[in-house]
Formats: sequence, C-alpha cells, structure tokens
Amino acid sequence: MNYPQDRRYTPEHEWISVTAGVGTMGITDFAQRELGDMVLVDLPKVGMRLEAHQSIGTIESVKAVSDVYSPVSGEVIEINEELGKAPEKLNQDPHGAAWLIKIKVSSPVELEKLMTSDQYEDYIQQKGAH
Amino acid sequence: MKRTALNQIHHNLKAKLVEFGGWEMPVEFSGLSQEHVNVRTRAGIFDVSHMGEIFVFGPDATRFLQKVFSIDPAKIKLGQIRYSGLMTDQGTFVDDLLCHRFSDNSYFMCVNASNSDKDYAWMKERSAGFNCTVEDRSPQYSQIALQGPFSESILRPYTNVDLTKIKYYWFTEGEVMGEKAILSRTGYTGEDGFEIYVRWDAGPAVFERLLEDNIGCGLLPTGLGARDTLRLEAKMALYGHEIDDTTTPLEADLEWIVSWDKGPFDGRDIIAAQKQRGLTRKLVGFEMIDRGIARQGYPIVKDGQQVGAVTSGTHSPWFKKAIGLGYVPIGMSPVGTEIEIAIREKPCKAKIVETPFYSRKKK
Repeated sequence: MNYPQDRRYTPEHEWISVTAGVGTMGITDFAQRELGDMVLVDLPKVGMRLEAHQSIGTIESVKAVSDVYSPVSGEVIEINEELGKAPEKLNQDPHGAAWLIKIKVSSPVELEKLMTSDQYEDYIQQKGAH
Repeated sequence: MKRTALNQIHHNLKAKLVEFGGWEMPVEFSGLSQEHVNVRTRAGIFDVSHMGEIFVFGPDATRFLQKVFSIDPAKIKLGQIRYSGLMTDQGTFVDDLLCHRFSDNSYFMCVNASNSDKDYAWMKERSAGFNCTVEDRSPQYSQIALQGPFSESILRPYTNVDLTKIKYYWFTEGEVMGEKAILSRTGYTGEDGFEIYVRWDAGPAVFERLLEDNIGCGLLPTGLGARDTLRLEAKMALYGHEIDDTTTPLEADLEWIVSWDKGPFDGRDIIAAQKQRGLTRKLVGFEMIDRGIARQGYPIVKDGQQVGAVTSGTHSPWFKKAIGLGYVPIGMSPVGTEIEIAIREKPCKAKIVETPFYSRKKK
C-alpha cells in the first residue's frame, strides 16, 4: 500500500493532512487491515476542542474496538457523517473518502513531531506489517 | 508459541495470524464477515489442530468417566458423540469437551487447546485407582473442520466412508485421501459439517487439496475470528468466556449436559444443592437497543450498580446487529427484559432475547 506523502502519520496509525490551517484526519490502511471489517464509528461533535493525543472517539470492527486519537490540538469543524451509515468505507478508502474529522489546527508546529510517509512505512515494517 | 502442521499454509495464504491458547493461529484469511457468511451459505475449512485429543481406555474407562464428567458415558452409543463438562469438586468446569465412544471402554475426547495440558493432568490424577489408561495424543493429530451446507458434497469424493450414514453428533473411522481418519459430524459454527482427525503430518495435504479443488465452488479458508462469531450466534459456550471454573452447568444454561440419574460424580452434590436452592444468576443472550457493541467483560448495570457481566459480544455478521451473552441476576433473565450495558462507562440499553440467535434448518 502506498502511504501518501502529502500528510503526516502517528504511531497510533492516524494520518493528518493540513491545507490552509485545516487538518483532515483519518486512520491508515495499516490500521483498517489490522482491525478488519468495520461496523461502527463514533466521532466527536463539531465544536469540540482537542488536545494533541486526546481520544476523539472509537472505531469498531467485528472483532475489536479501537480508540482514535487526535494527531494535533485544535477544534473539530466537520465530521464525516457518511461513516455513521457506512463504516465499511473505512476498509475501502481509508486515505481518501473515509476521512474521520476536520480540525482547525491551533498549533501547526505539532505536525513536525509526526512521522513522514517514509518514516511511517519503516515504522509499520518493524511492527510486522504483512 | 506452538505451531500446527498447517502453519506454513496459513502464511502462504497470507492469513492474519494471532496467538490463541499458546498457538499461532489464523484469525482471518479474506475477511471475517465474508468468511462467516460463507460458512452459513456455502462452506468453510478451518485448521483446528490446536485442539487437544485425549484417549481413555481400559476396563474401568466408563466408570472413571462417569465420575469426572457431567454426562453419563454409559448412555453414549458406540460411534456416538456427546458434549460434556469435565467437572471440579465445586461443580464448575475444568473444561468442556466432545466425548466420542469407540467401544464399551474406549473413548476419545476433543478438548480445548488452552486446557489440554490441564485436562490431561486432571484426568490422569483422578484416574488413580481405576483400571484405565489416560493418554494425551494431541501431538499425533491434525484436526480440520469443514463447516457449512456444502460440507458433505465437498468431502464425498475424498473418502471411502458413506457420509450420508453419519448423523449429527456421530462419527466413524475411515479414510480421507487414503489417510486413516476419524470423521465426526460435529462443529462449532451452528452449521452441518465435519471435524476430520488425521495424523499430524497428513494435515497439510488434506487441507490443501480440499481447498485447491473446491475454492471455485464455494469453499473458503476460514479463521478463528469467524469461528468465534459463528459459535456465538449459535450460542455455543466458549471456555474462559461463558464457562470456567467459577460457573456451573446450571448457571450456564447447560442442565442438559448434567446426568442426574447416573449416581455420584465430581461436583454433583453442589450442583444438586444449587438446583434445589434456585439459581441466583443465569447466562442469557441479548441484543443491543442503543448504538454500541458489547464486548467481553463489559459490566451489566442496573441503577448505576454492576449486576452482571458480558461474557461474549460482537456485531453479528449474519444478523447485522450487536448481540452478546452474559450473566444477569435471575430476576432479569426473562426474554424481553431490558438491561443496560456499560460501554466505556456509558450505559446502553439492550434486551434479553431468545437463544440461540441462529439455528440452521435441520433436514
């Protein structure tokens, strides 16, 4: 799988791409493959203030539940309502249409601490990605 | 970590492998939900070679098993299989198992992988004073499960046994692909199917050939993930979840595996006293009303107090809704009762429903 270079990655397998101060975040292809068939997505409310690494909700597959963390600090300005009706989209297009939330980023410097796509690919290699 | 003889095949098939009961086992191949639905509608093939095989034989074998089992082995016909508990003196489960009766005093038990060593030690110790032999032959067997409505037609060309003559919960000895095999019409999915026991080294060839020849007609390699959701829909207990050494057969809604009339057996007095007193808690099935998925260990609550716990829970791939099993106080056990389950501290409504959630239409 190709991990796009236009974004940053967390050790908990989230991605974030920032344009004009607005970050779009989601989970990585590695994460969706580890969890398997997604059946439920719980996202925060618009307006919620987030700290970096704060839990923003959960995603559940048939076999497990997993917390999702905000990669950066900021405010939730949009959530992907589609996922409520069709959580399986997370298995189909985790880097694209199945983004989770959009965040007004308050501290862009936090992005620098996150992994680049090359670093993330090395990271999941070590985790024993298939 | 222990590996079955089929381990390399799972790697070649790019299965997702996890540790289960001390073994490296495939949890899924193409995807849990797809594998699950395929077993209900066509057929799945499973490597379950991690399961233990314990043999008991000798003049006192029946009398010995009458003492340590909840069922009465004397009532099993030759060639028949019964589900039983191996009991503690407290009337709780050392393990649950499938007891196959070969002859008057010769039996073979299929036991849980994670309990296999414990069961063997337990039976060995309790068999002192009985003229019978207890043998752990787990390393000698590969076990392959073929489950789903297509199972009989898939297996037919490879065996000299007339499969139509094997009824549900019966077995026979015969050959599969020229290999000596025990063919049991049993399973852990709620579907028709077979569990095939062959010698350890023969396992890979049997699995590969069945799969290669039949993958075009509905057979899929199926992992332990789907096995778990399939058995949950069929309300089959899983040791460490619904039953363990703190639960009795009565609490687990398994009185049908207690043979009251066979005379004394380990734990009988305690179970009998519990029956007379009446149960205080019981295993029930529920489905979620509120959004959320109950998982093992989540508290069942009433008025902010924990009154029970979820033993297994998932999003059912067949019914497409969240279901589960758990222990509740007896007063909350009738079908239709609304309960609350704390899902990450948030109370979510569920209701008690009839079980099993799924039963296949028997021919």
